[in-house]
Amino acid sequence: MKPAPFTRHVPRTVDEVVSALAEFAPLDGRILAGGQSLVPIMAFRMARPAHLIDINEVEGLDRLAVDGDYLSIGARVRHGAFHKPVIDGPLGKLLAFVVSHIAHYPIRMRGTFCGSLAHADPASEWCLVAATLDANLVVKSVRGERIVPVTDFLEGIMSTSLAEDEFLAEARLPLLPDDTKFGFYEFSRRAGDFAMSAALVTYRLVDGLIADAHVGIGGAEDRARRITEAEDVLNGQVPSPDLFVAAGEAAANAIEPLEDIQTTAEYRCDLVRAVTRRALERSTQ
Amino acid sequence: MTIHTKGTGTTWVGRSIRRLEDPALVTGRGRFTADMPATHWVRFVRSSVAAGTIENITAPGGAGTVTAKDLAKLKPIRPMLSKFNYVAVGQPILADGVVRFTGESIAAVYAPSKDQAEDIADQVEVEISEGAPLIDAMDALAEGAPLVHADTKHNVIVEGRIATPGFEDVWKTAHKVLHVEARSHRQNATPLEARAGHASYDASTGRVTLTCTTQMPHLTRTAVCDILGIPESDLRVVAPDVGGGFGQKMSLAPEYVLLVWLARKLRSSVAWTEDRRENLIASFHSRDQHVQLEGAFDKSGKLLALRGDIVANIGAYSCFPTTCGVEPLMALAELPGPYDVRAYDCRSRGVMTNTCPMAPYRGVSRPVITFVLERLMDKAAAAFGIEPTELRRRNLIDKFPYTSATGLVFDDGSYKETMEMAIKAIDLDAFRKRQKIARDAGRYLGIGLATFSERTGYGSPAFAARGMEITPGFETVYLTIDPSGFVEARIGSSPHGQGLRTSLAQIIADEIGIDPEFIKVVHGDTDRSPYGWGTFASRSLVLSGGASLLAAQKIRAKLLKMASHFLEAAPEDITLQSGSAHVIGTDRSVTIASMARAAYHQTHIFKGEIEPGLTETGTYDPSGTFSNACHVAIVEVDIETGRVEMEKFLVAEDAGLIINPMIADGQVHGGVAQGIGNALLEEIIYDETGNILTSTLADFLPPTTHEIPEIELHHIETLTGNSITKAKGLGEGGAIGAPAAVISAINDALSPFGISIDEMPATPQRIRAALRASGKLPSNGKLA
Amino acid sequence: MSDKTDITLTINGQSHAIRVESRRTLADAIREDCGQTGTHIGCEHGVCGACTVLVNGEPVRSCLMFAQQADGKQIRTVEGLADGDEMHPMQRAFMENHGLQCGFCTPGFLMLAVGVLEREPDISDHDLVDVLSSNLCRCTGYQNIIKAVRAAAVEMRQS
Repeated sequence: MKPAPFTRHVPRTVDEVVSALAEFAPLDGRILAGGQSLVPIMAFRMARPAHLIDINEVEGLDRLAVDGDYLSIGARVRHGAFHKPVIDGPLGKLLAFVVSHIAHYPIRMRGTFCGSLAHADPASEWCLVAATLDANLVVKSVRGERIVPVTDFLEGIMSTSLAEDEFLAEARLPLLPDDTKFGFYEFSRRAGDFAMSAALVTYRLVDGLIADAHVGIGGAEDRARRITEAEDVLNGQVPSPDLFVAAGEAAANAIEPLEDIQTTAEYRCDLVRAVTRRALERSTQ
Repeated sequence: MTIHTKGTGTTWVGRSIRRLEDPALVTGRGRFTADMPATHWVRFVRSSVAAGTIENITAPGGAGTVTAKDLAKLKPIRPMLSKFNYVAVGQPILADGVVRFTGESIAAVYAPSKDQAEDIADQVEVEISEGAPLIDAMDALAEGAPLVHADTKHNVIVEGRIATPGFEDVWKTAHKVLHVEARSHRQNATPLEARAGHASYDASTGRVTLTCTTQMPHLTRTAVCDILGIPESDLRVVAPDVGGGFGQKMSLAPEYVLLVWLARKLRSSVAWTEDRRENLIASFHSRDQHVQLEGAFDKSGKLLALRGDIVANIGAYSCFPTTCGVEPLMALAELPGPYDVRAYDCRSRGVMTNTCPMAPYRGVSRPVITFVLERLMDKAAAAFGIEPTELRRRNLIDKFPYTSATGLVFDDGSYKETMEMAIKAIDLDAFRKRQKIARDAGRYLGIGLATFSERTGYGSPAFAARGMEITPGFETVYLTIDPSGFVEARIGSSPHGQGLRTSLAQIIADEIGIDPEFIKVVHGDTDRSPYGWGTFASRSLVLSGGASLLAAQKIRAKLLKMASHFLEAAPEDITLQSGSAHVIGTDRSVTIASMARAAYHQTHIFKGEIEPGLTETGTYDPSGTFSNACHVAIVEVDIETGRVEMEKFLVAEDAGLIINPMIADGQVHGGVAQGIGNALLEEIIYDETGNILTSTLADFLPPTTHEIPEIELHHIETLTGNSITKAKGLGEGGAIGAPAAVISAINDALSPFGISIDEMPATPQRIRAALRASGKLPSNGKLA
Repeated sequence: MSDKTDITLTINGQSHAIRVESRRTLADAIREDCGQTGTHIGCEHGVCGACTVLVNGEPVRSCLMFAQQADGKQIRTVEGLADGDEMHPMQRAFMENHGLQCGFCTPGFLMLAVGVLEREPDISDHDLVDVLSSNLCRCTGYQNIIKAVRAAAVEMRQS
């Protein structure tokens, strides 16, 4: 299973990346970052890009730092960077907890956060994180830069709003207030497999009541997104097992479930119900 | 005689010595087929449709291409069986006019590199007029279904029936009748090394050496030469280091025939490495069966009669050499399992469909029939209101030899003892208490057990009974001490992970007094090894072990005779140990190495009493033996998602005398892991057009460390008279019992819901669907 | 067909000057262009881990990297674990504990375990076993692989 032939380009600066994209994207050119998703697809010859723009040597794209009120994640930042919390506070812990569910250790040495977003697999954990936390994505091309909210970025299965000649240079995750609670739960057949459903929840408690609830569901629909119906169930309420059940029910009813030969819509909803409730249970621990 | 032992002692046999195979493998010096360079690399162009007529094949100009018309002089692969109305079907090396399964090879292209071969293969255009494919065996049996091969009726390629006299009369006396309708889904053995072949032509001799991932080098040689119409002396087959087989690599791959043919044509070296997608789609599959089983029990829970109907989906062609009858007919013969039941009526059919051909996979049919039979026994236990173990106690065979209703003769075993040992070790009472507490808290733990027999180490008498055209069975070993004093044992078995280089060396070492590290076991090369049957069916340790022992006994006798000459003592006063012969009670000794030297270079001193040289042959061909075990699984079922977590697995096994406990345990571990995968995860899924949806390792799911719990092992050694080393085989046992134990545990966990999980794998989706259908799920998502 | 590029793969401290197409994976380059066949290919789509090698100390799936991407990096494979005749503790532990049967997945497990333990000597037992879920084995049922890696971890921490 060898890939079809291609020409590899190795830009050293962001300007070189976007120039290469402008020239080669129309000729079936793509970005190569971690390669952990793209190379298998090329091995199966399901994708046969004639040009690969390898960004692994580009200066500055490996930056991971706090800029004001968000965490800036450059295109070359690998999953493995998040194994230990990268910042103090709930966001660092949340990312470290989620990353241990992503594939396996050697994949995490190479695969990138931004690569996951650009690949837009509905089961991607980072897409779920980005969707739940209202990330902003910095997209660059020869025409300049635009900041795209995640809800406009993720469009469907393996599909984003990136134009052919644009690349995702940076993801910006809003920092979380210190008193933010979070919970994450994923269901997959084996450890490290693609999530059949996953839930990420964050909220704060104000006078003992849930405030600013974010409930994100991934793996269950054509893209990860926040489920406002579930958030509405939670906001203003005292956390309790019954409340969490109700939130799960709301999420399950709100989604348009992905179906396949093994997974019926009903089962997918069962999973959403369970992962939502369990993510909420984890948030109290 | 039954011994409970851990296998220590002053002999080599019984010790967990480190494997002689390992130093090369852990340093990356193993030699696997894909490691060899070649001048030409072959890529197969495979059908993307399951059934149809080939209208046209267009290859890019200048490309090296082979199609069926180039192979017109070659015979098809056509294994034969003389029983049970078997219809002989042939498989062409490349599809000839029609395709019968997705993945069938239509053409072969070759190029200087694998990359280029794949580029060319991509450009080959094949036009096929598609027909309507048959995927499920039940559809293939239906009235009016198209025929996969013209010669069969209703796509039935083989139909066996066993019915004991007076069956209906016994059936009528039943106090209770229980019924199971079970479904086992398609498996792929998935060895980590996919298949590969390398054929190189030697211009000076005109011979080809085929290096390939086979479990049966000699039979591969015979078969390839038959098909090509060339003398066997023109072909050497070498199985080098092989990365797992599990049966998938014992059946003849048409690809190997193509490689040898092409090597001869090009007078060069040609090679093929199967990729993982090819292996999942077009290598051999197994265990796609529908089984119906009914059992009639008397008032005390004694099993009186079994009635069965087995439908095995055997795919589009018949595997060589066993034929595709191997699954349905082994199921037919062994369905009664380890229980004493005298009345038996069973029909078993092998049905052809437009799917990948089926071939043996570790345990063959026994993982399936054990699962079904154990479901029946569990249901009966529930119907009688007794523990499943108690029902087994009333039915397991315990007097030997025992001749089953199907004519199998069971030698000494410990069926009841291993069960008692297992439940004591797991502490069944303590588990039941824990289970109750968990249930009250809304958690569903379950315990399941499986008791079963494992037929092993049988020779040609047993194979002859099957009616195959080719009767495998015997094994030969050539044992030589050369003038250097070192030992070489050339064997006809073909191990690929089973540690035979070590365990056979241990057997030989005890007999001839030379330490195992100086004994080299040579296998896999038809130019060096005696004609043998390779490694499959849990046979090699028994058969090659027995042959090694016989040869070693002859060597021993000769050494003692020589030593008696050198030491001027009677042979019975001489011992052989650690490379020396010495007179007991004295310090008189002579090295075996010097005696070996003398046997070649000083023959005159023996005055014609001893033949020159030091090589002896042993051949062993026993009737066979049965191992037994009890498997216990503890699981937790998450009723919200249907997911099953393995908490623990325990085995109490009896495989006779254990030659190397560490190696034996490793076989059980590996089999159990595959059995757990079978029960919970692994399934080859076809869509209705005959395309395989599980064509990557992200879709077909072998277990990782996370899915396999701690496996606790306990041992009994019942020394059988049916194996001269007293060892029985045990390579398949882990895979035979584990699926049944896991499914049993799931059903035990879910017994409050009144459902029956009778399908493997028991995926979360299937379990959840059954729970929903029960109507007994707690509402509002609450657990209790 | 794309043009070939000259690169140097430094494997176990030895330089190999080779000429490869862009699409040549690191796994194929190690095995065929550099003749080090101890690294095995089990799936070519990044799931089984048989092809695991260390690149600049990190365990990676060499079937998912292109050889050109490893130009100038330090690559370690199974052939480089032993120090002459002196086996690495991980190799000894696999032999002592019967952590291999057919040996095909073994180089991948050895490099994965060595790589992770070198990077994180104080990794918890729980996390170490979790890391081992990265690779597939069909022969051993994992029991003895886990036992071997645990034993080697103890020895590696002591030295």
